[in-house]
Amino acid sequence: MIGFIGSIGAAFLAFLAAVGRLALFAGRALGAGFSPPYYPRLILRQIVDIGYYSLPVVGLTALFTGMVLALQSHTGFSRFNAEGAVATVVVLSVTRELGPVIAGLMVAGRVGASMAAEIGTMRVTEQIDALTTLSTDPLRYLVLPRLLAGFVTLPCLVLVADIVGVFGGFLVGTTKLNFNAVSYLTQTERYLETMDVVSGLVKAAVFGFIVALMGCYHGYHSRGGAEGVGQATTHAVVSASILILLFNYFLTQAFFA
Amino acid sequence: MISEAPIRSPGSSPAPKIAVTGLRKSFGQKQVLDGVDIACHTGESLVIIGGSGTGKSVLIKCILGLMRPDSGSIGIDGVETVGLGRAARAPLMLKFGMLFQGSALFDSLSVWENVAFGLIQGRGMKRQEAREIALRKLAAVGLGPEIAALSPAELSGGMQKRVALARAIAAEPEILFFDEPTTGLDPIMADVINRLIVDCVRGLGATAISITHDMTSARKIGDRIAMLHAGHIVWQGPAAEIERTDNPFVDQFVHGRAEGPIQMEVRAA
Repeated sequence: MIGFIGSIGAAFLAFLAAVGRLALFAGRALGAGFSPPYYPRLILRQIVDIGYYSLPVVGLTALFTGMVLALQSHTGFSRFNAEGAVATVVVLSVTRELGPVIAGLMVAGRVGASMAAEIGTMRVTEQIDALTTLSTDPLRYLVLPRLLAGFVTLPCLVLVADIVGVFGGFLVGTTKLNFNAVSYLTQTERYLETMDVVSGLVKAAVFGFIVALMGCYHGYHSRGGAEGVGQATTHAVVSASILILLFNYFLTQAFFA
Repeated sequence: MISEAPIRSPGSSPAPKIAVTGLRKSFGQKQVLDGVDIACHTGESLVIIGGSGTGKSVLIKCILGLMRPDSGSIGIDGVETVGLGRAARAPLMLKFGMLFQGSALFDSLSVWENVAFGLIQGRGMKRQEAREIALRKLAAVGLGPEIAALSPAELSGGMQKRVALARAIAAEPEILFFDEPTTGLDPIMADVINRLIVDCVRGLGATAISITHDMTSARKIGDRIAMLHAGHIVWQGPAAEIERTDNPFVDQFVHGRAEGPIQMEVRAA
């Protein structure tokens, strides 16, 4: 019994240590941003990598999510003769929840994995050590631009996802569910508040930071060649996905509870 | 442990450029460095030999500040570097150049950008000026301007090593480190790299520490050779002495015998 409690305690301490290491890593990387040199070109490149190249995958998932949402909510609401709420449900669900969460998860899969693999490969091939010997702080050069780009870019992606998701609902609503286009759009706009969109964008900024942090942290600490890089990639995607869902709950509670 | 031809004492000559005293470093239960004492004087080329896994790379990574030793002292130009913070270490890093075992060239940059990296990012030099220096350094290691725009992945292993050497000397550092400079190269290319290292170190008047288990390379590039075994320096002396010493560790290593005081750990599969 004591052994069992001891193992729980050890696991909890290990968890706290991991959280501490992660916080120190993020703190050191962000702290580097308060003094020169700065790398604006690297930040721009990361913004293009994260934002522009993620547009197709985020756009497609948002489109189909909006379409499915319209279909499902119509099926449910028709049981209570409440089909008129479909447009409202679609726009609120997409802007508040599905837009940021789905974009976050897609970016975690695409960008978080790529960051972990790139930085992990640099670690195991001593390129990160080489940066240090060339008087360049790896956290400032590799990590900070990615954290800033993730924080800034995901809200832009989510804004696109919101528009595309709502358009997906509109498409299904007007072509399959026989809604009038004007009344669908009126209904979409009527109950939508600024806070619905803003809360989604704030969530997106947090998720973007989480994705970049997990990709950089696991890549930076990868060990042991190709296998280590593979594990870093897996850990980056899994931990980012879990943290996105966890923080989504807390942020939703903070905004709307 | 046995030690021949001890390093010059501080009283008889200027303070060493690099002085390592009682350096210890362990990974878990494994004690890799167990009280290493070694010094390297200005303009000297010191080669540290030893079998795989004896801590040669760990030793130079500790000197470079890439690893933190458990205890001991590392002095560079009389400045204690163990425990120095990132900011305090920054001026020291400008003195260093390093050639990594696997070259460690940046995949995302072209050859000339790799060579000029330390000048542009570390010293804030303008790109055009840094490019001209990079082309000169590439020429110094026998590479023409036609490869400057190529990616490192487009080069052979020997060419990558030469680019890495050009990068290490680009900022004309006072201290150069070479980690297994000839590993993985054919004997002819290894000789080319050895000659380039000697030329570059002499040309710059730099202090150099190299680690290798290639005895041909050690004889060629070292003024002095030290042997690391079981976490200690078990022998050190002028390069020419290595053939004449009766130190059993050196004798076994130099002649590549399985029998002797060095027992290789062989683990059953």
